[in-house]
Amino acid sequence: MNDLSASSQITYRAVPVRPAVVRRIRGLSDQALAWLFITPTIVLLLAINIFPLVWTIYLSFTNYRANRANAPTIWLGTDWYQSILTDPDIWAAMQVTAHFVIWTVLIETVLGFGLALLIDKKFRGHGMWTTIILLPMMLSPAVVGNFWTFLYQPQIGLFNYVVAFFTGRGASSFQMLGDVTLSPWAIIIVDAWMWTPYVMLICLAGLRSIPDYIYEAAEVDRASNWRQFWSITLPMALPFIMLAVLFRGIENFKMFDMVNLLTGGGPGSTTEVASITLKRAAFESWRTGYSSAFAIILFVTVFGLANIYVKALNRVKNR
Amino acid sequence: MSLDANTSTRRRGLANRILRRGPLEAIATTIIAAGVVMLMQPFFLTLYSWSFATALFGTVMFTIVSKVRE
Repeated sequence: MNDLSASSQITYRAVPVRPAVVRRIRGLSDQALAWLFITPTIVLLLAINIFPLVWTIYLSFTNYRANRANAPTIWLGTDWYQSILTDPDIWAAMQVTAHFVIWTVLIETVLGFGLALLIDKKFRGHGMWTTIILLPMMLSPAVVGNFWTFLYQPQIGLFNYVVAFFTGRGASSFQMLGDVTLSPWAIIIVDAWMWTPYVMLICLAGLRSIPDYIYEAAEVDRASNWRQFWSITLPMALPFIMLAVLFRGIENFKMFDMVNLLTGGGPGSTTEVASITLKRAAFESWRTGYSSAFAIILFVTVFGLANIYVKALNRVKNR
Repeated sequence: MSLDANTSTRRRGLANRILRRGPLEAIATTIIAAGVVMLMQPFFLTLYSWSFATALFGTVMFTIVSKVRE
């Protein structure tokens, strides 16, 4: 017992062991420490973002071909840019992209805002319906592309049978992915199916941000539902709708995966959006310099649109 | 002398009104949007040819004016 009490009175003193690195770090200023932590991120960003961009800009002025890496590289100046910006085929690809962007954004905005208006009303099971509506957005574009390819099959595809049921046409009488007129719309339908829920979510956030007292004041003034929609709901949700339009516009401008899986740019070049043309120039024709110049043109366009997007985002944030 | 002072004050007032971030950003945004429309329009090849220069100018302008005081 005595031994125990004697041993409990023994105090152990921790002897600090400071390795050389710790001692060196402790001597650093706050600013130097901050730099120490930030440097790996900056190095990583430079390596995987900035360097490839600068290298692509350089390649866009040369005749470099990735499949002939040892061939001498000749400086061409702005030749590729002039060639791309006067090429009617590239112009046609831009128009295909424009057709795709305009229609998808329009359909997604109208449907997304409509769904947001419906979901915003409190009704039984509205949480479950919101989850079901959001499901397509959670799928991978590769999965969506593959299963819509099956849905569009003329012989076994469910889509053709549904259309046949409502129109009375034969299910095998039309091909959504093989027809020159229908294939652009086939892609638009898939994109709208997948991304309308996203637009709905943004619009829903806009609708939920409108204070109730404004509607109460409008009720007091005996404003009709129609009048409330045009004078309160739409103007106050407009910044959010603009945000969704810009985001979907940017995303669809650089759309590649879904189009590649569904049609691969065909039939002919009817669904050959700009990114498919770029991929063909870069990895089928191996015109690396040319495709770099094309990539820079697309990059500047997307970067410009992203600037507008950030500005719109700040406006929404400051509201 | 007082007339000169008034003119310079008025000119400075105009410059202050225009050389603010808001209006300059709006101009840059319009130029970018014009560049994008020119890139995708199906009517004139000449407009398409100048689209990149327009979008680039707008983007560079936006990057610069976003550093101008509020």
